[in-house]
Amino acid sequence: MTVLRGRARLVGDDVNTDSIISSTRKRESLDPAVLRQFLFEHVDPAFAASVQPGDILVAGKNFGCGSAMEVAVTTVLGAGIPAVMARSFSRTYYRNAINNGLLPLVCDTGAIREGDILSSDSTGAIRNERSGETLSPEPLPPIMLAILRAGGLVPYMRQNGDFKL
Amino acid sequence: MAGRTISEKILARKSGQDARAGDLVVCEVDCALGTDGSVPMALDYFRAMGGENVRDAARLVFALDHYVPPTSPQTIELHRVMRDFAERFGVTLHEAGEGIGHQLIVETGRALPGGLVVGADSHAVTYGALNCFATGIGSSDLAAIMLCGRIWLRVPDSIRVVLTGQLPRGVYAKDIALALAGVLGADGAAYQALEFAGPGVTTLTLEDRLVLSNLAVEMGAKTGIFPADVETVAYLQGRAGQAFEPVAADPDARYSRTVEIALDTLTPQIALPHLVDQVVALEDAAGTPVQMVYLGTCTGGRLRDFHQALAVLEAGGGVAPGVQLVVTPASREVRDAMTADGTLEALVGFGATVVEPGCGSCCGTCGVIPGDGVAVISTANRNFKGRMGNAKASIYLASPAACAAAATRGVVTDPRKVSR
Repeated sequence: MTVLRGRARLVGDDVNTDSIISSTRKRESLDPAVLRQFLFEHVDPAFAASVQPGDILVAGKNFGCGSAMEVAVTTVLGAGIPAVMARSFSRTYYRNAINNGLLPLVCDTGAIREGDILSSDSTGAIRNERSGETLSPEPLPPIMLAILRAGGLVPYMRQNGDFKL
Repeated sequence: MAGRTISEKILARKSGQDARAGDLVVCEVDCALGTDGSVPMALDYFRAMGGENVRDAARLVFALDHYVPPTSPQTIELHRVMRDFAERFGVTLHEAGEGIGHQLIVETGRALPGGLVVGADSHAVTYGALNCFATGIGSSDLAAIMLCGRIWLRVPDSIRVVLTGQLPRGVYAKDIALALAGVLGADGAAYQALEFAGPGVTTLTLEDRLVLSNLAVEMGAKTGIFPADVETVAYLQGRAGQAFEPVAADPDARYSRTVEIALDTLTPQIALPHLVDQVVALEDAAGTPVQMVYLGTCTGGRLRDFHQALAVLEAGGGVAPGVQLVVTPASREVRDAMTADGTLEALVGFGATVVEPGCGSCCGTCGVIPGDGVAVISTANRNFKGRMGNAKASIYLASPAACAAAATRGVVTDPRKVSR
């Protein structure tokens, strides 16, 4: 897995996929390069413009609840965000994240503050450079790791043509 | 070793492995639904995966339901792309106006007891009412199923929801589901299955069970599954295209938790804006003004829902001034039945705006959008801010009868207290 280093961008509990990207937007385009300018538009209209590549989303519980729409993952990736940390995810968001190569990290995010610099090491542990605290996200089962390592389900299926446990 | 839950048994059957909660298995999919909200992206993934041929077109169903009618060149193009693909590979496609994909999967007997049915839409959980393992997936998962016919799944823990007694007059399946959401919370069943059980199950019609399974995902559940009984078999009579083998839980199956709901103690419930687990007794919200009433969706858009709503509208003397009543049948079959028995004419007589069968206003992609500051009471399953296409509106969720009661008075009203 690639080693991460980025700013924490805090969003709260129960952030639904329509908050991430409004489903009315995907009527016009499915292109992440277009949709990224509307990321979290109803939550914080300034958010999209403030994203820097490498930023890490840090959420509370139940991130990505609601619709299973995959643009809620591809738009996040399109903004240059490689990982989402949350106390828990909705299962469709979690699947979609793995299938698109967005790293979903389940851990206790309660002590992370907006703007903290978070960095991962090769073991997958996440260090908060401000507080010195280290978090160890739940390990991923082999098939999910294999899909993530391939770069998502598209390259995985190109390589394997089927699922291999 | 402990016995198995319904989910463990179905996923064992479909994977050919000893599937126990927590295991990861690769399963054969009996049927996969995609909609105009998810298929266009799935086709991009399918091509990027190198897909040239669909593995088994007979197991795929496309439904044009999210953009009905299409109102822009972009959405018309999405429909065209889906039609072309479906025609080329022989995939069944339900045209715009035929109805909500989930309702069509159920009506056409594609969700069968003991089966594994997935849909690229979160409310695919609805078919769990028919004793199949039914869950929502994304567009990329759908593309992989097109390619290889299979999916990986983590076998979920199950929460046993024991229903006892019988619903009192004026209390409905939606009230059970909202009460359960209030108990479990919006993520209380995350990654888990809800398995309904107990003597109360036999008192629920299949339409009731569809409501409960549909709302399972609002508690984070992977599926909301019922046992099969005479009601299940009776519904599938003349619909099921093939033989099926129901699955029952073992008496010693292991559950992560048991929740008991005594149906006879329930009262009308309401979910307040903007989360489905913000549930209170409806009487505690009585008097809250509403300007729009929405009857429809894959939760509350079936024939009996409209019958229940109409009865309250008639008892209450019609729609109050200043209230907009919007009606969207879940499918053409539902609308035809409403036409045949006079329900539709009566609703139009009360001033209802009737929208083409489909997802309508529920997800904000088409249909009637609420104005700024408008309070909507709806038979739908979600009340997130922005859900119906306007983040400045507020959405309340309640039973069809409670929605109709609000329509008669212009304020949240207990349906048991409505009379002329």
